[in-house]
Amino acid sequence: MKKTAFLDLHKKYGAKIVEFAGYEMPVQYEGIIAEHKAVRESVGVFDVSHMGEVEVHGKDAFAYVQKLTTNDVSVLSKGKIQYSSMCYKDGGMVDDLLVYHCGDYYLLVINAANVDKDFKWMQENVFGDVVLKNISDNISQLAIQGPNSQKTLQKLTDTDLSKIEYYNFEFGKMVGIDAIISHTGYTGEKVCFEIYIDSDVAKSEKLWNAIFEAGAEFNIKPIGLGARDTLRLEYAFRLYGNDMDEKTNPLEAGLAWITKLDKGDFNGRDAILKCKEEGLKRKLIGFIVDDKMVARHGQDVYSGDKKIGFVASGAPSPMLGKNIGTASVETAFAKTGNEIEIDVRGKRLKAKIVKTPFLS
Amino acid sequence: MNIPENLFYTKDHEYVKVENGVGIIGITDYAQGELGDIIYVDITGEAGSDVNQHDSVGSIEAVKTVSEVFTPVSGKIIGVNSGINDNASVLNSDPYGEGWIVKIELSNTEELNGLLDAKAYKELVGA
Repeated sequence: MKKTAFLDLHKKYGAKIVEFAGYEMPVQYEGIIAEHKAVRESVGVFDVSHMGEVEVHGKDAFAYVQKLTTNDVSVLSKGKIQYSSMCYKDGGMVDDLLVYHCGDYYLLVINAANVDKDFKWMQENVFGDVVLKNISDNISQLAIQGPNSQKTLQKLTDTDLSKIEYYNFEFGKMVGIDAIISHTGYTGEKVCFEIYIDSDVAKSEKLWNAIFEAGAEFNIKPIGLGARDTLRLEYAFRLYGNDMDEKTNPLEAGLAWITKLDKGDFNGRDAILKCKEEGLKRKLIGFIVDDKMVARHGQDVYSGDKKIGFVASGAPSPMLGKNIGTASVETAFAKTGNEIEIDVRGKRLKAKIVKTPFLS
Repeated sequence: MNIPENLFYTKDHEYVKVENGVGIIGITDYAQGELGDIIYVDITGEAGSDVNQHDSVGSIEAVKTVSEVFTPVSGKIIGVNSGINDNASVLNSDPYGEGWIVKIELSNTEELNGLLDAKAYKELVGA
C-alpha cells in the first residue's frame, strides 16, 4: 500500500487509517461531524497528497489540453485555474480535473483512484510536441479550508494571499519551501487554499507542523476523508465514481458549465452534442430525505412504482441536520420540487428534489 | 478499548449482558469506534415480539455507513431503548450503558455458550 509523506503525523494525531485509492489515508480523527464543523466555523487541514498531478509540456501543450478536456482552455492565462473534465470518444467521463496554467506548461490535477487510467488515456491522445510528466508521487498536497485558513497561512508566506482570487494560484514559498499556493478547495468554503510542495517527508512534515502552529489560535484541526465527503456534498461538488463515471457524460452529471461545445473539437464532443440534441435521458439532481435514515450510493430511486434512477451520493448534512444526496434520474422526473422515493433496504423513504448547492 | 468482563460477545460486535434471565443487547465499544459518529438508530424489533438468534433487531446509521444489529440470543423482546432515537450519540459515548438497544427475555440460555467471552472477543478485535 502507498503512503503519503504525512502518514506518521496522521497516526500521531489519532487518525483512523483506511485504504483509499491504494493509499493509507486518514478517514477521520476526532469524528466526522466535529471535523466538518471545524472547517465551516474555523479552519481544517486535509492531506490530499494522494491526488494525481500531470504536467503537460511542449509547443502543442495548449492544443493538446484543449482537445483533451471539455472546458475552454483558451480563457486561461498564467496563474489561472479551471475546473474541467476529460471524456472518452463516446462522451463518457474519464475523470474530472483541475487545469492550472503555469506559463509555459499546464498542470492537470486528477483523482487519486484514476491516476493510472487517466495517464494512460492522456498518453494515448498525445499529438505533436507534447511531453507528459506524471509527477503524482513527487507531490505532497495539503488543503487548508475554512474562514480562518487565510489568516493561518499568511503567517507562513510573503505571498499576499488576499491578492489571490478564487481559482487562481501563485508560485511562492511556504515556510521557505517552494510551493504552489492555490485558492481552491473541495469544501465549498470561500476562503480555501490548496498547497502543493515536494513530497519529501522532512519538508512535508515541516509544512504540516508550521500550519498547525500558525492555526493553533483558531483551534485548527486535521480533517479526514469522511468529512471531506460530507463537506463537498453540501455544495453538491461532484465525486467521480459516485456522481459520474465512464457511462456518464458531463451534461448528465450537471456539468454543462464546464462543457464548452462551441470551443471547437475535443474528445467526446460529437457524442455529447448528439446526446444534447436528442435530449438528455437523465440528469443529476439534489434531494433532501424526509427521514432520519440516510440514502446512500447505489440505492434505487422511484416515482410511485416506477424506478427512475439511483442515488449517486448520499450522506447526512451536519450543517442542515438533514439527510441529503444527489441522484441520477430520468429527465422527465428531474424537476425541482418533485417528490421521489428511495428504496433503503426495503423501506421507501420520501425525498424531495431541491436546487443545489444545499448550502449557499 | 472497553471490553467488560461480564458480557458475552458476537463476531459481529454485538454484546449481551445477562441479568436474571434478561439479556441487554447493544453494540460494543469497538463497533461504535469503527462506525464513527452515530446519528440515528432504527430499532425494528418490537416489544412483545419473539426473535430468533441472529435476527435483525435494527440498524445503526453512522455518517459514513449503516450497520444492522443482530440479536445474539433468542427470546421475547421486553424492552426497546426508544430514547436513543433522538440521542443516538450515546451509542458512541456509552455503548454498554445508556446506549443499549433492546432487552430480551432469554428463551434458550444454552445459546450463551456459543458466544465469545471477553477474552475471546479481545483476541478477535486485536485489543
